[in-house]
Amino acid sequence: MSAAAVELVDAELSFGRRSLWSHLDVRIEPGQFVAVLGPNGSGKSSLLKVVLGLLPLTSGQVRVAGRPPRRGNRTIGYVPQHAGFSVDAPLRGADFVQMGLDGGRWGLPAPRRYRAAVADVLTQVEARHLARQPVGQLSGGEQQRLRVAQALVTDPSVLLCDEPLLSLDMRHQQRVVELVDKRRREHGTAVLFVTHEINPVLAATDLVLYMMDGAFRMGTPDEVMRSDVLSELYSAPIEVVRRHGQIIVLGAETAASSHHDHDHRSLDHRPHPAGRR
Amino acid sequence: MIPDLAWHDLVNFENYGALLPLVRNSLYAGAALGLVGGLVGVFVIARDLPFAVHGISELSFAGASGALLLGTSVVTGSFVGSLVAAMLIGWLGVRARDQNSIIGVLMPFGLGLGILFLSLYDGRAANKFGLLTGQIVAIDNTSLGTLLTTSAVVVVVLAVVWRPLMFASVDPEMARARGVPVGVLYLVFMAVLGCTVAISVQVVGALLVLALLCTPAAAAIRVTTSPVWMPLLSVGIALLAMLGGILLALGTAIPISPYVTTISFLCYLGCRLVGGGTARRAQKSVALPSPQ
Repeated sequence: MSAAAVELVDAELSFGRRSLWSHLDVRIEPGQFVAVLGPNGSGKSSLLKVVLGLLPLTSGQVRVAGRPPRRGNRTIGYVPQHAGFSVDAPLRGADFVQMGLDGGRWGLPAPRRYRAAVADVLTQVEARHLARQPVGQLSGGEQQRLRVAQALVTDPSVLLCDEPLLSLDMRHQQRVVELVDKRRREHGTAVLFVTHEINPVLAATDLVLYMMDGAFRMGTPDEVMRSDVLSELYSAPIEVVRRHGQIIVLGAETAASSHHDHDHRSLDHRPHPAGRR
Repeated sequence: MIPDLAWHDLVNFENYGALLPLVRNSLYAGAALGLVGGLVGVFVIARDLPFAVHGISELSFAGASGALLLGTSVVTGSFVGSLVAAMLIGWLGVRARDQNSIIGVLMPFGLGLGILFLSLYDGRAANKFGLLTGQIVAIDNTSLGTLLTTSAVVVVVLAVVWRPLMFASVDPEMARARGVPVGVLYLVFMAVLGCTVAISVQVVGALLVLALLCTPAAAAIRVTTSPVWMPLLSVGIALLAMLGGILLALGTAIPISPYVTTISFLCYLGCRLVGGGTARRAQKSVALPSPQ
């Protein structure tokens, strides 16, 4: 059996005495699109940070293409939550994308050193016209498209997306999902896509990983996005309604917040270990 | 003819040739400051740190005036002041949210300390004023040596960390994921900034450091966002302001700082005029494909 793109075996992540999740077994094959769902503080972003090698597991194993993760791994692409760079920095679209290749290396800027690779990836995300635009002046959707390009420029075999759709309008959400979906179909890139909302990614999703206060369920959307499965996960009545190809989850938010009120492991009352939500 | 006389006192380029050798040290200092100021300024505006620069220079002023009072080296005093301030801001204010309030707290404290030290000091009044508004003839060989050495170190450090520092400044989250030591780089930059402020205070004065560390870079970014040309233009403007300021101040009784600030301000206005047009054009071309 060939190595999985990402594999976690009996993985546990805790901060001090507080366990974020444990006994997590996940296997993602090349080309699979996995949507990671769950309420705030259930450890979705931390899962990505473990795969990136930024957080060590408390116990268990994690392997990326058969090897333990390490910081700055170029076989992993990463698209973070959209936070606009409204900065006055001397960077244009192409320079920003090139940072995916050499941004971590010491030394002076060398624009156009990787001209071909950068042009190629900008074409993939249909953003060639942004190559010479100052990054600080682009719209949120354009900046996010450049982030996708930057994540793809190292030709990664795994793509990690941490709520990349947040604060984007519906049209730009669709564009980002289409780009990621196209990438994994054409290049066999495995995708871990953390999101609040399943509907924008539903058409692309192979598997859902639903995380909730240390527990989790993994399976196809039809296996996981069901009233009985989610009710069990939340220990509260959850109703899942399907209408016109959309999935509506009723009761999850109140269940999650009441859960947090009674449960002292709740993360919302403590500083997030990674410094952000 | 009193107005005539006053004007003649103010502006006198008659013995200019004879005066030039007297400010040779200042010209070297001005060139070095233009270079480091223009380069450091690129990150000052990219990281939105002008307020921090001002805060650091006030504590540098406190350090320098404390040294004046104690009769020790003013250069050492301003280094201690600005490095303490830079490290405090860097260490306490890593999260941008509280950074500005920390600076807002430090700045008046530093200025107040400096004024206290100066009022206790009973030496030459010119020394006092110079720390705030700059001076050109006060640079002896020792302080020039310190200034040039510090500038060289700053330029070398910036050349090494430039690319990852820019990455960390623009998109810290991504940079961290790519293995860039974001926190360490931030402290390294604050140390570089502290050193640059310390040597700038000597020449342009604590109140006007921003004219050297912010204005040239802010002007350059209006014209170009090329990662190569923008820093070079920033250095060019800073050099023009420093050297032009020294040469003009030489022929007049006015201190150097109004010249430096005016030249860099005029460059900024010019760059805004040139760059404003291109920004509007870019916006228009983006707006074109929208449905009519």
